[in-house]
Amino acid sequence: MTYSVPKVAGEVEAEVGREAESVWPLWEVFIRQKRGLSHVHAGSLHASDAEAALLAARDVYTRRVEGVSIWVVSSADIVASDPDDAPAFFESIEKPYRHATHYDIPDEVGQM
Amino acid sequence: MENGEARFRALLEAEEKIEPTDWMPEGYRQTLIRQIAQHAHSEIIGMQPEGNWISRAPTLRRKAILMAKVQDEAGHGLYLYSAAETLGVTRDQLMDLLHTGRQKYSSIFNYPTLSWADMGAIGWLVDGAAITNQVMLKRCSYGPYARAMVKICLEESFHQRQGYEIMLALCRGSEEQKAMAQDALNRWWWPSLMMFGPHDSESTHSEQSIEWKIKRVSNDDLRQQFVDMTVPQADYLGLVVPDPSLAWNEDRQHYDFGPIDWDEFWSVVKGHGPMNQERIEHKRRVWDEGAWVREAAAAFGERERNRGAA
Repeated sequence: MTYSVPKVAGEVEAEVGREAESVWPLWEVFIRQKRGLSHVHAGSLHASDAEAALLAARDVYTRRVEGVSIWVVSSADIVASDPDDAPAFFESIEKPYRHATHYDIPDEVGQM
Repeated sequence: MENGEARFRALLEAEEKIEPTDWMPEGYRQTLIRQIAQHAHSEIIGMQPEGNWISRAPTLRRKAILMAKVQDEAGHGLYLYSAAETLGVTRDQLMDLLHTGRQKYSSIFNYPTLSWADMGAIGWLVDGAAITNQVMLKRCSYGPYARAMVKICLEESFHQRQGYEIMLALCRGSEEQKAMAQDALNRWWWPSLMMFGPHDSESTHSEQSIEWKIKRVSNDDLRQQFVDMTVPQADYLGLVVPDPSLAWNEDRQHYDFGPIDWDEFWSVVKGHGPMNQERIEHKRRVWDEGAWVREAAAAFGERERNRGAA
């Protein structure tokens, strides 16, 4: 997920003229719940560098034995597809023959 | 833009979440920034009244629990700031808006914590009221906010239970301890009811927020839910809810309760509560004192990045 949102308009932007660069970079946090499962996105946080991000992720996202391993990834390094382009990326509806349920197998044949 | 509006409406209609990259009306964005920021600020300022008792917790177990709870509040604040940032504000802007009083936090944290029983009453009542509100917000139409709520609600139940357990221990203790619990209930009951905000008829943002599916239940309905849930819990403790008008209404199948002192509510909102000044001064002081840490960390991060580039 990237946060390429339009700039906030109105009061907030007008009133606060700070440089966005003064903020520590944003990191995405992924947690593997247990061995054998994939790392799953848990949230994001700001930290000055990768190691600090890992330590902060431990404090912010793993206070209750949530998993066995953490990834932190600089949010700026994530390339995301545009949800409006979903049809170009996810076309399975047009190709039902790629799904097992598309094929009629007689019941007598049994589980397949 | 017209297309965006139609798509936004269709997503709401279909009970789908709105995500940061989706088009949304400017009012929706601003309402969410205000609400999520206020929620985040409340978690952060809310650490102060409880932090006040960490060093004086009666046992090591209670101290460990209280520390874990205060740490949770910090975590909840951070989840919520992240959610607010997806709407295009920066963390520094949000801090500045809090420190200059242009964004608010829940008024409940402008009351002092005078005795250990207040740790019980806060967990039981204040967190109880917060949970009532947050369970509803899990169904909020804005994805990042709703997801933060799911995480928060999972953790919040421990907060309420540890608070009730403190009350239970006091109520089963000496006369003095029970009196302490009653005193805490007396002081926290009405402010807890005020946490749900003004009556529906007086609430300026409510109708629009419900239409946008940011809120799913009105202030008064949530407040009623909370009263109905909490009164039997007070009965079990053997404590008296400080409201002479409180009575079960057989017809409505709800508790009737007395009028809320809205003058007090607005006075605290406007900054005249017992602790407004101290809470925000403390927050500002700590922020300023931590400036060198933030700057040093930023400089270190910068050096690490340059080293990688070289």
